[in-house]
Amino acid sequence: MGAIYRREMGAFFTSGVAYVFLAVFYVFSGYYFYNDVIQSGFTDASPLFKNMFRIVLFLIPILTMRLLSEEKKNRTDQGLLTAPIGLSEIVVGKYLAALTIYIIAESIIFVYAIILGYLGDVVWATLLGNYFAMLLLGAAFIAVGLFISSLTENQMTAAVFSMAVLFVCYLSSSFTDKIETKWLNDLVKELSFYDRYIEFTQGIFNLTSVLFYISAAFLFNFFTVRVLEKRRWS
Amino acid sequence: MIEVKNLVKRYGDKKAVNNISFKVEKGEILGFLGPNGAGKSTTMNMLTGYISSTSGQILINGTDILEDPKKAKSNIGYLPEIPPLYVDMTVDGYLNFVYDLKKCKLPRKAHLKDVCDLCKISDVRNRLIKNLSKGYKQRVGLAQALVNNPPVLILDEPTVGLDPKQIIEIRTLIKKLGKRHTVILSSHILPEIQAVCDRIIIINKGVVAADGTADEIANSLTNEHKMTLRIEGPTHTISDKALITDAIRAINGVKYVRADMEREKGIYDFDVETDGKTDVRRAINALCSEKGWNILMLQLSDLTLEDIFMKITTGEQYEGAINASSEMKPRINIVLDSGETTNSDNDNAGSELDDNGGVQ
Repeated sequence: MGAIYRREMGAFFTSGVAYVFLAVFYVFSGYYFYNDVIQSGFTDASPLFKNMFRIVLFLIPILTMRLLSEEKKNRTDQGLLTAPIGLSEIVVGKYLAALTIYIIAESIIFVYAIILGYLGDVVWATLLGNYFAMLLLGAAFIAVGLFISSLTENQMTAAVFSMAVLFVCYLSSSFTDKIETKWLNDLVKELSFYDRYIEFTQGIFNLTSVLFYISAAFLFNFFTVRVLEKRRWS
Repeated sequence: MIEVKNLVKRYGDKKAVNNISFKVEKGEILGFLGPNGAGKSTTMNMLTGYISSTSGQILINGTDILEDPKKAKSNIGYLPEIPPLYVDMTVDGYLNFVYDLKKCKLPRKAHLKDVCDLCKISDVRNRLIKNLSKGYKQRVGLAQALVNNPPVLILDEPTVGLDPKQIIEIRTLIKKLGKRHTVILSSHILPEIQAVCDRIIIINKGVVAADGTADEIANSLTNEHKMTLRIEGPTHTISDKALITDAIRAINGVKYVRADMEREKGIYDFDVETDGKTDVRRAINALCSEKGWNILMLQLSDLTLEDIFMKITTGEQYEGAINASSEMKPRINIVLDSGETTNSDNDNAGSELDDNGGVQ
């Protein structure tokens, strides 16, 4: 697992994906920080976090698209799958590498917090709550992206498909009013990544939501392992 | 070291590998020979645990690859048809990654240096893999397989796409490796298999078509034993022809002798056919030394590996089994090809061989 993690971390930087991801993340978060936080005159950074959902949605597929698709395409997966390691080690190693880049990106928040500290009093509880929520969101989305990357050999397909799936996660809450079947309505509401995230930005710490994101991350990583396993048997 | 029992791999309705069984002993270099699509790579992918078998069993060093894959895989070094190289890494970075991946416990620096020296890639260790030539990439692929010193090496077409000099280098290396490792090597290049391997398994349409040394397989396929001799007679004139012919004909076991053309001045070739049971080479040698004649050439014109390969893979019917090797009883089993091969298939197989011959 350590070997896979270190290689992926290296590959993120040599391929430039990490730089693109970090740069775009910083540009947009900086924009929202200035526009929604500084301009508002309050030190509450919640509007920034709220808006970042949409950015994360499009950026995470960039991070995950090549993780497994490229291995399959270049046949480097033969090296991994014939090495004396388990499939879960491969998946988790790659997952943690992507998560690390995401955390590096997200931690820019603390720079913003320092800036806010000069302008007024930072409410650390809200800020950390938001930071944690964003971390959970990323953890779940990266698992989804990694799973989709395992389904195809083509990076672009993986990226576009992941974006579409994550976008549906975003939109799903907006069409709950239109669903008349009650159980389906409830289900879509329960599974809404967006609603649960917004709840955090409103300062509500909901333990079920924490478990929801963690379960999603676990589930999709498990699916990814299953995909690799199944490919062997087919 | 490796034991394969009734291995089957099915893709939908098609059986890519159909009931293959064989055993490889420690320190043996085994060659997998077969036309493209015969099931060589599929078999190797199953041996290394990359894909699972539909049924059957694979034991690597006594460990079932499906029951304890990690243990079985730690005994194997695998060079797939396309080396699994991360081209954006340096050779050194990549080998270090493989070292970690295989959870190697050997002293890192010294071990990697040994592997690089052995594969002759020490001079490119700091270069990016994508900038290396095909030959170097292949050698890095081989180095990767050698990391952690696995007792079993499985090499899928290790010389494909290399230039003749590189091919010879890789072959020499494989032979060297065969002293310390058990090697399975696949190829559709006949001279390669012949040059490197102790034993050959010919795979055709997913079944083992022949198994044994090149000579054993050849012997099992032919009842005729012919040789060509070039003997320098006493007088260097045409009278030598009859003299030598008669003398050889008198040797016990010789069925037929015919004097051939004059190949060098005053020296003739003789085609000798034996009964197949007696080895007459020593008798001929004794005869010549007694008479003071010189044997300038002795060539067995038995089937070459190429003939065997064509005979087996193009569906020429053959029945027969011989006990060739002592340790593994009926190792030779020539399987009757069902004769389903169409003529066009045969033509393809033929042209492929020519191409490879050309590369050589």
